[in-house]
Amino acid sequence: MNHNLFNYCLQLGDTSLILSHRIAEYCSKAPHLEEDLAITNVGLDLLGQAESFLKYAAEIKNDGTNEDDLAYRRKEKDFKSIHLSEIPNFDFAFIITRQFLIDAYNSLLFSKLSESNDETISGIAKKSIKEIRYHLQRSKEWIIRLGQGTNESNKRIQNAIDELWMYTNELFYDSESEIELSKEGTATLSSALEKEWRNITSRTILEAGLSVPENIHYSLQYGKDGIHTEHLGYLLAEMQHLPLLYPDAKW
Amino acid sequence: MSEDNQGILWEVFLQPKPGRPFKHVGSLHAYDKKMAMTSARDLYTRRGEGKGIWLVKSQDIVSSHPEDGEAFFDPSNDKVYRHPTFYSIPDGVKHI
Amino acid sequence: MDDPKKLAEFQEKIDADIKIEPRDWMPEKYRQNLIRQISQHAHSEIIGMQPEKNWLTRAPSIRAKKILMAKIQDEAGHGLYLYCAAETLGVSREQVLNLLHEGKAKYSSVFNYPAITWADMGAIGWLVDGAAIVNQVSLQGTSYGPYSRAMVKICMEESFHQRQGYEVVVSLAKGTPEQKQMAQDALNRWWWPSVMMFGPHDAESAHSNQSLKWKIKRESNDELRQRFIDKTIHQGEILGLTFPDPDLKWNESTGHYDYGKIDWDEFWNVVKGNGPGNKQRLNHNIAAHEDGQWVREAAIAYADKINSKTKTA
Repeated sequence: MNHNLFNYCLQLGDTSLILSHRIAEYCSKAPHLEEDLAITNVGLDLLGQAESFLKYAAEIKNDGTNEDDLAYRRKEKDFKSIHLSEIPNFDFAFIITRQFLIDAYNSLLFSKLSESNDETISGIAKKSIKEIRYHLQRSKEWIIRLGQGTNESNKRIQNAIDELWMYTNELFYDSESEIELSKEGTATLSSALEKEWRNITSRTILEAGLSVPENIHYSLQYGKDGIHTEHLGYLLAEMQHLPLLYPDAKW
Repeated sequence: MSEDNQGILWEVFLQPKPGRPFKHVGSLHAYDKKMAMTSARDLYTRRGEGKGIWLVKSQDIVSSHPEDGEAFFDPSNDKVYRHPTFYSIPDGVKHI
Repeated sequence: MDDPKKLAEFQEKIDADIKIEPRDWMPEKYRQNLIRQISQHAHSEIIGMQPEKNWLTRAPSIRAKKILMAKIQDEAGHGLYLYCAAETLGVSREQVLNLLHEGKAKYSSVFNYPAITWADMGAIGWLVDGAAIVNQVSLQGTSYGPYSRAMVKICMEESFHQRQGYEVVVSLAKGTPEQKQMAQDALNRWWWPSVMMFGPHDAESAHSNQSLKWKIKRESNDELRQRFIDKTIHQGEILGLTFPDPDLKWNESTGHYDYGKIDWDEFWNVVKGNGPGNKQRLNHNIAAHEDGQWVREAAIAYADKINSKTKTA
């Protein structure tokens, strides 16, 4: 088995899986009905992306494992989602900021991955990049709307940006599998995306009348290496509830 | 309870395929043009129903009045010469 | 009082199956009756998201989660189409939501029952949506244009919902003994609430006659209920499941199933808000509404800024 490729697919799939789960948690709680539908579309896209990557990971593993085994029967330490995706839905400002920071990152990552020499990865990336560009358009518009809205919304969105900024550090951390696979042209180094990501996010944050935080806080260890926030354990306990409780059952 | 802050009402018109006329498919609430457009996309094209969207604020629609119905529409009923079947063409003439 | 001449003309239109449009003349009672029915219907879709949402984060496979998520999203959409249809009658979305939050508007009582196992996701789709579809198919022919058009759209989208539910029930019924028991238990709990969804018997229904005369409703509660029961029984029996009604049996002479006595005390209790979920469902909706207040205010403020900018430019 190609361990690096397997791990890299988990890394890509897990972040989408966990973020889509957070969006699922938000179902029926949006500020107005239209937004409930809109954000669910984002969640569905992400879940589809997760499914594709986990399916491919299962294929690489090639021991009868399927994508559901990987999602529902894997231990927390084996998940490779980034910390930012794990942060709970504190309020709509956090939800939009989390989405915006990841959308901006994914738009760069997936456009690079569209050129991967691994056909499955480039295929998934080509399909996903269309979805991600739309997600970014939406989250960007919301950042501007909330930044320029009322004093309260400005304060809330600035607070969310400040609080979540420490987790953006991980976005540009190169995991072992990334380093190895990028040598062959299969993956792309996360660190190479940083400059453009800072451009994209700063432009929107400034347009919204908000300020870009100075990056003084950071996670000590990273989700890409299997070390997670305290939040992930609870999320998995809920998500994996049925398959763990009924190990012999098929659903 | 809270004042009315559900946004304004927009009418959504979809073009099913390029070249086809736009057709009214429903309404939605949004606060600004951009949001109206993304909401229309997310709400009315989930099943690939359209490739083009027009949006009009409901308040901007000019509509005929039902009470005017007879005076407004009946006069065209007797102008059959506007329909091609009104004309007789000699047998054997084609492509007209 | 409505002008008798106009009233007669209105009834003629109804009898000739001509749809009534928002700007047409209509009796005030027709308007009120429709507002009540459409907004109740909309609230049911919105509150109905909650029992399913309760299992969305515990859906046991990626496939099941995708389907359930898309289904709940459809329900939000259906609520939205219906709120828009109600709006054509002169009530704003805020107004109907306020009535809901103040406890003055009703919604389908079935959503006040708790969804306690994964099998309930099957039972809700199969039975609750199954019953709703019977009603909605009939309502496509309702006399009010916007309501009818919303129903046509909803019926088109709903067609996968019942299949989704039934598929969950099938996989459980064919699964481990524990899963089969789970399916039977869900059927036991959801059968009667689904049968009650059609409302009181025709003889006791307060709004039925006028609604039928004006073709707001096209068929009576009992006719629709019978259709639902007739089409559902064999779908359960084929899976080896039993219905919690000892009096249920095929009646050769009527060509329909006979069924047992409905517990109307329970029905009215839940309608009146004494069911386990009433308060919980409403509070969830109110909390979401209040949490979103600052976002809606921000969106208005931003739109005002944009508009004044384009005006001065």
